[in-house]
Amino acid sequence: MSSTTSVIAAVTIAVLVVMAMALARAIIGPTVYDRILAVNMFGTKTVLIIALVGFLDNRPDFLDISLLYALINFIGTIAVLKFLRYGDLGRASDEEGDI
Amino acid sequence: MALAADIVSWVLMGSGAILALIAGLGVLRLPDVFTRMHAAGIGDTLAAGLILGGLMVQGGFSLVTIKLIFVFLLLQMTSPTSTHALAKAALTGRVKPKLADELEAERSKR
Repeated sequence: MSSTTSVIAAVTIAVLVVMAMALARAIIGPTVYDRILAVNMFGTKTVLIIALVGFLDNRPDFLDISLLYALINFIGTIAVLKFLRYGDLGRASDEEGDI
Repeated sequence: MALAADIVSWVLMGSGAILALIAGLGVLRLPDVFTRMHAAGIGDTLAAGLILGGLMVQGGFSLVTIKLIFVFLLLQMTSPTSTHALAKAALTGRVKPKLADELEAERSKR
């Protein structure tokens, strides 16, 4: 096991700890916005962890998955926020103050 | 030469991991949504950028690095956007930012 592998493993563990913290905030968060924030952060850290595990395993194809996950994370956050604001995902916004 | 590149990538990934831990701590400990957003923003852009930068140094000049650059650009564009949308949604959802004297009152009650 080379030193680079151990550094990547240590960073992976740190990111896992951060994911646990975000999950704790998603569970205890008093308002719904805290939960959305924590889930968004969890998703970003998932992108990172997929890339890191790809490097640990010498399987760089994992990067495609992490790219896809970054896209889905963003769309999901915006969709949940829009649903909270309007109670409907299909409605076109016609008024001031769209999300 | 290879050792120098390795050291650069260790430093980048290490500082990224430390910043990510700070961001996680902030999300857990700070008092209200807006301050937690501030902490999460650090983790979503700077820490992610540093970790991906360290991986880019490991990847060298290859397709891997190009994919990492795409992930990096996507994160740098989308995570401030979603933070902005979240702040705006929280404000229209009538969440008030906590002010210093309210925090003081809470702390003295405890």
